[in-house]
Amino acid sequence: MTVIEARGLRKVFGKTVAVDGVNLHVEEGRILGLIGPNGAGKSTALNAILGLTQYQGELKVLGRDPWIERDELMRDVCFIADVAVLPRWMRVTQALDYVAGVHPRFDRAKAEGFLVKTAIESGSKIRELSKGMVTQLHLALVMAIDARLLVLDEPTLGLDILYRKQFYDSLLNDFFDRSRTIVVTTHQVEEVQHVLTDLMFINRGRIVLDCSMEEFESRYVEAMVHPEQLAAARVLKPIHERQVFGRSILLFERVDRQQLAGLGEIRTPSIADVFVAVMGNMMGNPSNQAQGAVR
Amino acid sequence: MNTESNALPDSPLGSPAIAPAAMSVPRPFYWSVRRELWENRSIYVAPLAVAAVVLLGSAISLVGVPRSVRGAAALDLAMQSTMLAHPYAHIGMLLVATGILVGIFYCLDALHGERRDRSILFWKSLPVSDLTTVLSKAIIPFVILPLIIFVTTVVLQLIMLLMSSAVLLATGAGVTTLWARLPLFQMQLVLLYGLIVLALWHAPIYAWLLLVSGWARRAVFLWAVLPLVAIGVFEWIAFHTSYFGSLMHDRVGGFAAHAFALRQPGSAPVDPHFIPLALIAPGKFLRTPGLWLGLAVAAIFLALAVRLRHYREPI
Repeated sequence: MTVIEARGLRKVFGKTVAVDGVNLHVEEGRILGLIGPNGAGKSTALNAILGLTQYQGELKVLGRDPWIERDELMRDVCFIADVAVLPRWMRVTQALDYVAGVHPRFDRAKAEGFLVKTAIESGSKIRELSKGMVTQLHLALVMAIDARLLVLDEPTLGLDILYRKQFYDSLLNDFFDRSRTIVVTTHQVEEVQHVLTDLMFINRGRIVLDCSMEEFESRYVEAMVHPEQLAAARVLKPIHERQVFGRSILLFERVDRQQLAGLGEIRTPSIADVFVAVMGNMMGNPSNQAQGAVR
Repeated sequence: MNTESNALPDSPLGSPAIAPAAMSVPRPFYWSVRRELWENRSIYVAPLAVAAVVLLGSAISLVGVPRSVRGAAALDLAMQSTMLAHPYAHIGMLLVATGILVGIFYCLDALHGERRDRSILFWKSLPVSDLTTVLSKAIIPFVILPLIIFVTTVVLQLIMLLMSSAVLLATGAGVTTLWARLPLFQMQLVLLYGLIVLALWHAPIYAWLLLVSGWARRAVFLWAVLPLVAIGVFEWIAFHTSYFGSLMHDRVGGFAAHAFALRQPGSAPVDPHFIPLALIAPGKFLRTPGLWLGLAVAAIFLALAVRLRHYREPI
């Protein structure tokens, strides 16, 4: 079952093209990471998916047009944004009452179950909670909704490492199952690497990489090359080169692992390293960029 | 046919047959209105605060009650009623004015605050339509506030009556004049009529304020008022007429002239402190074109506000 289907999705603000002809196909049960620099168009794309902004092109979320049918769509879609959007004047109990009152698929007992495990007191006002607690509360509300698609836009921004770790742990343990779908954007790429099933890089409104994590792992390989073998390694055209403690780490795309095995230690690169390489190459001339990193 | 299909999905009571055991039927409108009352406690706190101040003031002024009742007893019957009605009428007027003020400031913030604090992203992440949201905000000045003002006024007037009676009995002045001549029940009926009329007459004002609060990025009050002033000034400079100005004047303060038969030919002007029930003129009010024109304009403004909220993002 297709959850998100976009063809030629485009959004223009004045003269700025925020999303430039994006094609997107997300199946049920996937966890898609949308990674891109600031201003790449991630949030705009998510806003279009959530029916918060108008767009050009074709877009269907769970078979609905999000711009026209936002309120119906929101029965099946949940959403946590980069900034705390829970109203500061609200009490925790009021938030529970309200969501229970308007949402047909909210399980209040479940949300309360999540909250018991946190330090959040039900009588508190949201303004009295720390940023981490507000995110915990929002997550508790969202996880208690029997939703089919969860959209997270920088959900852990500004949280300390404990909350961030907890956030993804509870997301995986208590929310995710194979019938649900998650789309997440984040800058903390390392934290989501083991969580994602699919990966997408977006830059200047365009998708520059779109692959599953299995594909990612077979496609990219990193080799820690000894100085004497550097020349031999460069022949294989690394897409990126960097130096750590005097040793060169070369990143290869679609290169046979057997060929690399003799050149040094090989491993699967982190999303962050591939991201830096792909984005760096896009900014300037690709071949110069790779060379430039050496000097 | 049409009304049936409209009534079903949002029916506030819901049908027990449809409701599953674990989850209740969602009532977005009901909970959205409650949400407004949680967020804007001034809707009931302000009238109660004014009531408390009035009560305190009245308690102190009770010493003067026996004298004023004795004074009233010397007058003719009609004047007695008007005289005794004065303090009670003042309470009503004060609370109605409070209600109008609260309503104005509520509307100015209603669709602006949620964009300012970005909570609109949270509200929009729930299955509540823009129509439900805007209507749940419009119902506050149209229905909830008048109701709160009416109940507060009635309760306050009854407390005053009891306190005055107690003082009169304690001083041996007797309560007969007060109870026989004070037309309290009649005043309260007129108050109820007046509040309904006022809400209908002012509907386009509140709808306008809601629209501007959903549109303006900042300085909502200025955006709500200055364009109207500008139109009036423009008309006066360009054409030396003031049709727009008198239209606005009639809209703000003209409801009484349309809803009551105040100017009977050949009779003395009516004291606004006590308008007898006989002078209410609902038929005349319903025949006023301005009423229906105003309601149509209010409906247009609200429809625009709904449409606008669809496009709105945090500011």
